[in-house]
Amino acid sequence: MDRFSALIYDIGRLLEVYWKAYLSDLGNTLLLALVATVIGCLIGLVCGILNTIPYTKRDPFIKRFILKLIRVIVRIYVEVFRGTPMVLQAVFIFYGLPYFSNNQYRFDSLWAAAILIVSINTGAYMAESVRGGIISIDPGQTEGAKAIGMNHYQTMTSIILPQALRNIMPQIGNNFIINVKDTSVMFIIGFTEFFARHRYIVGLNNMYFPSATIEMIGYLAVTLTASFLLRWVEQRMDGADSYELAQADQLTMAAGTYSHPSHGTPFDEQSPEYRERLRQSLKNRNGSTRGDR
Amino acid sequence: MDTILEVRHLSKSFGKNEVLRDIDFTVSKGDVTSIIGASGSGKSTLLRCINLLETPSSGDVLFHGESVVSGKVNPSAYRSKVGMVFQSFNLFANMSVLENCMIGQVKVLKKSRAEARANAMKYLEQVGMAPYINARPRQISGGQKQRVAIARALAMEPEVLLFDEPTSALDPEMVGEVLSVMRELARGGMTMLVVTHEMAFARDVSTQAVFMKDGVIWERGAPEELFKNPQCPETRDFLSRFMEN
Repeated sequence: MDRFSALIYDIGRLLEVYWKAYLSDLGNTLLLALVATVIGCLIGLVCGILNTIPYTKRDPFIKRFILKLIRVIVRIYVEVFRGTPMVLQAVFIFYGLPYFSNNQYRFDSLWAAAILIVSINTGAYMAESVRGGIISIDPGQTEGAKAIGMNHYQTMTSIILPQALRNIMPQIGNNFIINVKDTSVMFIIGFTEFFARHRYIVGLNNMYFPSATIEMIGYLAVTLTASFLLRWVEQRMDGADSYELAQADQLTMAAGTYSHPSHGTPFDEQSPEYRERLRQSLKNRNGSTRGDR
Repeated sequence: MDTILEVRHLSKSFGKNEVLRDIDFTVSKGDVTSIIGASGSGKSTLLRCINLLETPSSGDVLFHGESVVSGKVNPSAYRSKVGMVFQSFNLFANMSVLENCMIGQVKVLKKSRAEARANAMKYLEQVGMAPYINARPRQISGGQKQRVAIARALAMEPEVLLFDEPTSALDPEMVGEVLSVMRELARGGMTMLVVTHEMAFARDVSTQAVFMKDGVIWERGAPEELFKNPQCPETRDFLSRFMEN
């Protein structure tokens, strides 16, 4: 038990001195993960959409050629960035640019470099998730849209993508949480985020375990909040479980004579004559249906 | 009478499998054509070829005398004039009942939302689904879904409405409500092409009946004649099996 109190005491000492540093670097981690996830999702969305444009043998050669070329390029991108560690990608891109341009170009901002690397990495994963999301939608949805004359673009934007996006929301959440943790490898290019702060602080005072505890709690706090928010967003996207019956005649509802429309056939409920009779019977002496004040 | 649709020497193969062979018939304005036949006889494929969800292998489909297969006619524009009701409803899962009936009018016919809404309400009322405009497709029953699907097709104000076994996926007690909506439509003069296993509907409501087997039309004619007095032994065979059940 005294080890616990010692731990709490040590954490207290650490936070007393470094709480601002911890907090601001946790902020860096959060911001980098957030921005990179958003950009990565956009990249993934574009790749996924381009990848699923349909073509048939009857289409002109140019169209088929371009679409095939796009698929090949996306495929290479996905395989390369999904199949190599992000630490290496960071080194490769960060040092590759000055190397190839003979130091003419380089990343002046660590932020720009970090966002670029994490975004490209996320995009590769999301491209596959989006493609999966799109092909998982029942083909009947596309047929229904085609049958009322919608073209591919209209079908995608109004019918398929809203449903596909709902289905890949858990994937987006996954990627965000992975990014929160994996941005820690950006220390390799000198980017300071939450984990880099830990390395720095323990280098000064050797308080490995108390600092690691702070880090664990910090990461968990962010990821748990993210999970919670995502669930909430998903529920909002699903809409309400119940629905309000829209009553053509408000009067019957207010008068308590409302009957559920599934009682009887849809064709015999509330004929115009019935509604008129009801209206007459509810009139007050002023001839108004509103009732006395 | 005005001829709306002409199907000429239409054939369709999937690989080596020939599903439709030399199909020939016409649909005039106000016709209610029932296509009957056993499962796998190519009825649904025929309907899907007519509205270009499948590309015919050979032959032609003429809409007001103009070929829609040749590629000169924009398939989307053509489909907006030829409505289709599916066996599996295919209502848009991400939209309410009302939005399902509005989206085509807004996106394809470029109507204003207010106009589309009023029009959608008119047809939803016609099929008895007006109280359910706020519901999502997953919240209503099969029969209700199919009635919404019919309203969605009607809201585009098509010249022809194709029905692909509209009651086959429904529980028996829900078949009636969909058929009565279709009866109403036929009475209102809608031009309809119905693939169905509901023999009573085919016999009593349609103006033309077509019997298909193995991708070929065996017999075609007035429904009273075809049902009472079938000329082909194949038709007789099919109908007798149906009446036994």
